[in-house]
Formats: sequence, C-alpha cells, structure tokens
Amino acid sequence: MKIHEFQAKQILREHGIPIPKGDVATSVDEAVKVAKGLSLPIVVKSQVHVGGRGKAGGVKVAKTMDEVRAHADAILGMDIKGCIVRTVLLEEAADIKEELYIGFVIDRASKKPVLIASAAGGVEIEKVAAETPEKILQEVVEPSLGLCDFQVRRAAFFLKIPKSGMKTFTYTLHALHIAFISKDCSLAEINPLVITGEGNVIACDAKMNFDDNALGRHPELEAMRDDREEEPLEVEARRAGVNYVKLDGKIGCIVNGAGLAMATMDVVKHFGGEPANFLDIGGGAKADQVTEALRIVTSDPTVNTILFNIFGGIVRCDRVAEGILQAKERLSLDLPIVLRLVGTNQREARKMLEGTDLIMLETMSEAAQRAVELSRR
Amino acid sequence: MAIFVDENTRLIIQGITGGEGSFHGQQMIDYGTEVVAGVVPGKGGQEALGVPIFDTVRDATRETGANASVIYVPASFAADAALEALDAGLGVVVIISEGIPTLDMMKVYWRARSTGQVVIGPNCPGLISPGKCKVGILPGHICKEGKVGVISRSGTLTYEIVDFLSKSGLGESTCIGVGGDPIVGSNFIDCLTHFRDDDQTEAVVLIGEIGGNEEELTAEWIKENFKKPVVGFIAGLTAPPGKRMGHAGAIIAGGKGTAKDKIEALTAADIPVAKRPDQVVGLLEKKGVRA
Repeated sequence: MKIHEFQAKQILREHGIPIPKGDVATSVDEAVKVAKGLSLPIVVKSQVHVGGRGKAGGVKVAKTMDEVRAHADAILGMDIKGCIVRTVLLEEAADIKEELYIGFVIDRASKKPVLIASAAGGVEIEKVAAETPEKILQEVVEPSLGLCDFQVRRAAFFLKIPKSGMKTFTYTLHALHIAFISKDCSLAEINPLVITGEGNVIACDAKMNFDDNALGRHPELEAMRDDREEEPLEVEARRAGVNYVKLDGKIGCIVNGAGLAMATMDVVKHFGGEPANFLDIGGGAKADQVTEALRIVTSDPTVNTILFNIFGGIVRCDRVAEGILQAKERLSLDLPIVLRLVGTNQREARKMLEGTDLIMLETMSEAAQRAVELSRR
Repeated sequence: MAIFVDENTRLIIQGITGGEGSFHGQQMIDYGTEVVAGVVPGKGGQEALGVPIFDTVRDATRETGANASVIYVPASFAADAALEALDAGLGVVVIISEGIPTLDMMKVYWRARSTGQVVIGPNCPGLISPGKCKVGILPGHICKEGKVGVISRSGTLTYEIVDFLSKSGLGESTCIGVGGDPIVGSNFIDCLTHFRDDDQTEAVVLIGEIGGNEEELTAEWIKENFKKPVVGFIAGLTAPPGKRMGHAGAIIAGGKGTAKDKIEALTAADIPVAKRPDQVVGLLEKKGVRA
C-alpha cells in the first residue's frame, strides 16, 4: 500500500525526524490560511501517489502570498499521470546546500533489510543506480542485530555529512530504520535529505510503501489508505476479494491462480490479441465471486470478449459454472464468452452449461486463439 | 528417489481442524501420504481424520516420530507455527498459508537456514512426489510418477504444465511449488541442489514469473553447477510495471524483474523458455528427454 508524502512525513515526525514546518490544504483559501502561519518562501506540493510531480508542474516555490494563491490554484485539480490533485502540502522552503538520499528496502536476494544511501539526492534512486552506481552505498542490516552505529558512520562518511549535522543524521538514520521495521514497510525513503546552508539536516521529501500482508496489524496505516488514488475497478475488486489489475485491451480474462492468470494474458498476446485485465478469482472461489468477477471485468467499456481459463484443482468447476449462470441472469451480458474449464467436477459443470451460448474449448491455447479472433470484430 | 518428501515421510498437519486443513488433510490421506498427527493448540487429546491431535508440535513429534509438517493455519499465526515446527526439528516444513508479513517470513527463513532445515512456501501449493507422498494442495490425480523435476513460483500454472508432462508419459519425480511471496523458504537453487543428486530426476522444468531476480541468479548458477537438461516458462510478459499481479512477489519494481530479462538470462544459460505452457514438453524432447 502507498501513502501520500504528508502522511509519510507525519510518521517521520512521530519518530522524531526533522521535517519542514507546514500543513496540508484542499482548497485555495485553506492554502492561503496555512501559508499565513509559515514564513516565505513556501513550497506548494501536490499530494498524489505517482512520481515525477516536479516535472509535471506539481511542485512550485512561492516567494509571495500572491504566488501561494496562484500556485495552489494551478496545482489543485491538476491531472498528474491520471491522478487528480485534491490536496496540496505547503511547507517552508529549506535553504538547500546539498541533497542526499537515504532509504531502506527488503532485499529479496539477501533476504535482509538494506540501507541505501546516495549523495545524488533529489532524483530517482533507480536512475542513480543505473547511471552512477559509484554514488550509492548499500549496507545490509543483519535482522538479529539491527542497524549498527558503525554502519551509520560508514554512511555519514560516504555522504560527507558536516560535523554540525552528524548528530541529527545519526538519529535520523536510526529512526528511519525503526519506522521501517515497526510499520512493516516495503520501502521507506527520504529523498532528498537536505543539508542546509547552516549545516543542519532535514527531511524534505519522504515516501513509504507498506507490506500489504502486514496491514492487519496496523489499523493506523489502513486508515491512511486513499482509495481515490487507485483505479476504481481495482478498489471494487479488492473489496470483492478478487485480484484485478486493469490493462487496455479488449479481452477480459478471468482465471484461477495468479501465475495462470499472467500466463493467460501472455498467451492472448502471443496469438495477437490484447488482454483487458489480470484477474485471479482465487483458490477457494465460490459462485458469487465468479459473478462479481464477471461484473467487474464487463464494467470496463473496452472489453468486447470474455475468456475464462479455469484449471480446477481446488476450485470446483461446477461452482464456476454456477457463477457464470448466475451472472448471465443478473447482469445483461451480451458479450461472447469463451470458456476453458477443466479439472475437478468438470463433467457436472459442462452439463450445467449445456444449451447456453458459451463457447467451450478444451485447451488454453485453443480458447485464447478463439477469444482473439472474436475480439477483432 | 524423489526429493524432500517420499514414502518415508511421516506428516503432522498444523491446523488440522480448520476448513482447509481438514479438506486437504483428507485429500493427502486418500493420496497415500502417511499423516500421523494434527496440532491444534487447545484441542490436544481429541482426534481428527483418524489421527490424534496434540497441543504442541513438540508433543506430536515425540509421540509419533513425525519428520515433516504442513501448515494451514491463518496467515497471522502461520509464521509462529513454522517457528514452532522448526524448533521441534521436523526437518521439512511446508507453509501453505497466504498473507504472512514479509518481516515475519524473514525470521522463519533465517531460523531454517541456521538449523539446517527445509522450509517450502509460504503462499504455495506444497509439493508432491507422485506415487509416494503429497504434502499440500496440489491435485494428485494430474500427477504421474516419472523423471521430470518441477519447481514453480505458481500454483495453477504448475498444474497446467504438470498435466502436459503426465499426459506425455514423461511424468514427474517431485513437483515443488516454492511460493509466490518475496521471501520464501526455499528458492530455485535450493531445490536444484537436491534434484542434482536425485537419480530419479533426469530433467527439470523451472516455472518462474515477474518480480525479483531469482530466475537470473538461477540461470547463472545452472551454467556452473547443474548438468541435467532444464527448460523454463516465465509468466508475466504482458504485466505492467509497478503493479502487483496477485502474488505478493510478482511485481516489476524500478524497471527490475521483468519477464523479458528473465527469459534472456535463462536463454543465455542454454535453458530454452517456452512461449506457451503447451510447448514445455516439446522443448524437453528437443533436449533429448523422452518418455
């Protein structure tokens, strides 16, 4: 799960990490009111879940109150990569001398948390890693030891932290590590961590992503979820208990199992078609879930063909058939449905579907090919 | 011979009275797996599926001489259940549960490594050595005892490919679903190390997907360390970046973990990659693996 910058900074503040003075606003008047409590210059920052806000014009510095009003007016309502800006963060602009990067991730290869530090802050770390890997320091954190002081010192010397900022830097790194672990983050980064003209250290931007599997023990994080930042159909699907990711093609795919769902999309593409979505109805899918999956897939107006690919191991084919019949009754479905249904209780399922206009095929390749042909009409 | 589980496996089911545990427990017994006990805290002394229930894994192990465990308990208790099984020294611990927090799984991973035990999963279908033993939820009827080892990050996609292997007559030595999470107990290389020494296994099918760089590391490792024929399948060529495709571990992050990179790495290591699941058997035959 992702959260906004201002929410990530709230977590940093709770952990004692210095951040610029500021607050959020959802209207121009409110923005001006917030700005009155701050000293100029002020940064006006759009709060959306996508990167590249600065380039899109979603981050602007105001030197006067008139500029605060103008920037807030321009940024609120702005469309950044499909996300509408509903909130702006207003902060006192830092006196930037240097911009650094610090972050923690779980490294899948070493199965341990890793501290990443870079002197090239303010840009995407992936870009730095690809172009100037010598500017990046990685410190693997032993899970049983936690982040050690010598590792923090190594980072500080690597980043050439001035003496005046050493204490705050050390505290910040430890605090970020504690936040990373205690909040079950998959990513916690401060970018840029700014060294000011006076030699102080301050977190000017922050990003935190969380392990979805751990949200159950963090109701405080679940409360920060902003559904408006997500694809509406994906939100509906999550609530219905199915895994759905929207794509742009015409063939709506409904599959059991994530791996098979991806493979089905790939095979559709292989035969020259375009999948409209990824959808996994899950292991223990019941009729209602199948009906709901069909409703979600067909709410996408670009979909003109449905492809079911079910390899019933645990999922019972008769339940899938029941779900399809139920959906046909409840939703007025007039799209062609290609169905590949094999495995547990397939005979019962086929009997149930006899006499319907469903196109039943034996293999995944045959079914995908047929769906591709039908989608070309 | 097969690997990890066989006719000598004596299995404990943690969570034997739950919906999943009891359904799949019965399926495993019907397949011929020797289930010797269940563990459900608070239900010790009772019985389920014809075997005794114990309060703790330690008691169950002492009383029955179990040497493997399978875990069906809800995700929030599953990591602790795995640590309990490792503490009892069961040797092989299979976690079926989906949704274990990554940091919890990290503890299980390192505990297993430091005690020299095998963990399979989580978020996996388990494993099966056809004709000998099934641990988990794989449908036994599609498997056939044979010569191909299968290692997969997926569930139903594995069944799809195993079905082709069985029908072709090649059959399988052991099929392992290693799991779809970012951190799993055993990775491809761990399984390959065992397949290398297994006489029954003449070739291996690797079924990978987007996310992480395990397929790339495995390709490198195979070049130097594995001589038996290997073919692959990678799911997710059409997956968009930054989106989690069902499995917690299936995500292209920061441009890394794409299907294209994985296919290139495998191909460079002389591991042909099928474009469709129905091409896997043909690729094995080209490598000289015949029924």
